[in-house]
Amino acid sequence: MTELPFSGPTPGNAGSLLTTPLQRRSFLRYSGAGVALTGLLLAGCDDDDSTDHSAAFVDVGSGDLGVLNYAYALEQLEYAFYTQVKNGAYYKGLGASSVEKQILDDLAFHEKAHVDLFRNALGSNAIKDLEPDFSTINFDDRSIVLGTARAFEDTGVAAYNGAARYFETPTYLPLAGKIVSVEARHAALIRDILSFNAFVATDVVDLYTPAATGGIGAGAGSGLERSLRPALIVNAVNQYLQVGSKLNVSKFV
Amino acid sequence: MDFFQLLSDIEKVDPEVYERFDARRRVFKHFGAMGKKLTAAAMPGLVSGLFSKAYGQATSLPADVVNVLNLALSLEYLEFYFYDTALNRPTYGLPTSATLFTTTPATATSERQGIVLIRNDEEGHIKTLRAALGAAAIPAPDRALFDYSGGAGSLKGPFADVFTSSATFYKVAQSFVDTGVRAYKGGAPTLFNNKDLLETALNIHSVEARHSSHVRTIRRGKAANLDGPPAALAAPGSPATAPKSWISGIDNGGASPGTTVSTTPIYGAGSPATDYPAENNIVQAGRTITNDSGINDVAASEAFDEPLDPKTVRTIARNFVASTSTLFT
Repeated sequence: MTELPFSGPTPGNAGSLLTTPLQRRSFLRYSGAGVALTGLLLAGCDDDDSTDHSAAFVDVGSGDLGVLNYAYALEQLEYAFYTQVKNGAYYKGLGASSVEKQILDDLAFHEKAHVDLFRNALGSNAIKDLEPDFSTINFDDRSIVLGTARAFEDTGVAAYNGAARYFETPTYLPLAGKIVSVEARHAALIRDILSFNAFVATDVVDLYTPAATGGIGAGAGSGLERSLRPALIVNAVNQYLQVGSKLNVSKFV
Repeated sequence: MDFFQLLSDIEKVDPEVYERFDARRRVFKHFGAMGKKLTAAAMPGLVSGLFSKAYGQATSLPADVVNVLNLALSLEYLEFYFYDTALNRPTYGLPTSATLFTTTPATATSERQGIVLIRNDEEGHIKTLRAALGAAAIPAPDRALFDYSGGAGSLKGPFADVFTSSATFYKVAQSFVDTGVRAYKGGAPTLFNNKDLLETALNIHSVEARHSSHVRTIRRGKAANLDGPPAALAAPGSPATAPKSWISGIDNGGASPGTTVSTTPIYGAGSPATDYPAENNIVQAGRTITNDSGINDVAASEAFDEPLDPKTVRTIARNFVASTSTLFT
């Protein structure tokens, strides 16, 4: 992974947090190696792991419950965002018949459905209610609200795709699949509103370029979404969570 | 053997060596499983196995995985040739007198460019799936096998004007993308034990959903006589002509519910319906979404897309290939 895309808006773009040293760490974290070998590998790498495992973090756990709690956390954040959008001057200034208002209302309904479902499905295994920190977001500004919405939706898609491998049983894979495509529909529309035809673009999809010769498939690229591992996702979203609610996803292996 | 010196040396000539291991991280499970038994004597064999997997070809895939991937590949060919034909009508011997999509106001934000992007993604998916399948991939189908009129080879189906009428073109496009999203969702669980293939399929699935959103956005724009950037903010109306970018209920049966080859099955239940419910499903993981979240049926159905079983997908797709073809059989 030489490129770490994150479709954040210019304000509050989380992409800058995705630093190169993290790649090496995530490689180790997800290598699936036994403890003894992990120790060996660590000995051969720079010691740049500064993850704070204190009470400032919410540990989502591992396995099926871990993936569900990870998804629950991201959905909580998304829903909290759209809830906050409704308190801002941009949304309040939209007329009753505004298409943007209808879209934002739909997104809030959908995210509420996702949050409630995860909370109910997890029951006593659910992580706590997270406290968001949206202090860096100007909810009165249309381009910032829509740009941040785009970032959250794109991040959701990359996160679901990159976390499915951590399910230990196939039980909840179909549920995740039902949600991720809706997140992708959201992302594509917000992107088209901000920049028409950006529904797929190189920051979120490894775009394919056809070759002049050689036939079908001879070109460069794959047309695949750029899925992201949990460690990269939380480094991007933790800035929007208060201390005590920031996510720790280190148990996924 | 100095394992780390080896990795370090390889990194000098192949900076992506760590990425190779990361993408195929299962190879490390060999170490994890053996854990305490690791001895100096065992290292050379383990390391050699590790590298052959990091750089080598996929081993043979189980039959059910091959079937899922080949169905996906068949759908990608169906879609690729559809968009490629529309973009290059003279190449395929079709008239260009009617405007299929606009090329204004600017190339990058034109309706046509959106179709170019979708066509390119589909070609990338073909490339990706063929690489995953290797020798198990179906033979590349010829363009002549496809009948985008929905006439199963007669070229006289209900969408016979698909390459001369913009409205019909987008009806068929929406039907393909929506079928594709449901098909990948239905196929993904079969790939569960192969984590890399699973992730690849999911990374195609979400791109198909992005396509669906965009095609639906274009149709909303068309209904309001808006092309290009203004289409993104066209108001939704009748699901048949101005759908939302997400699927509301069963979308009234989609873009062409009343034709003899109907789009209704694309949004209906698969078989068995308990595993493949219709798109208007509002019960997820045993919970009734409308009750839990206090939202209406429409919003509750929109919040979740539904999978479709391979047999139903094939039945839908069969209408668009010559009846003599083995595709989708």
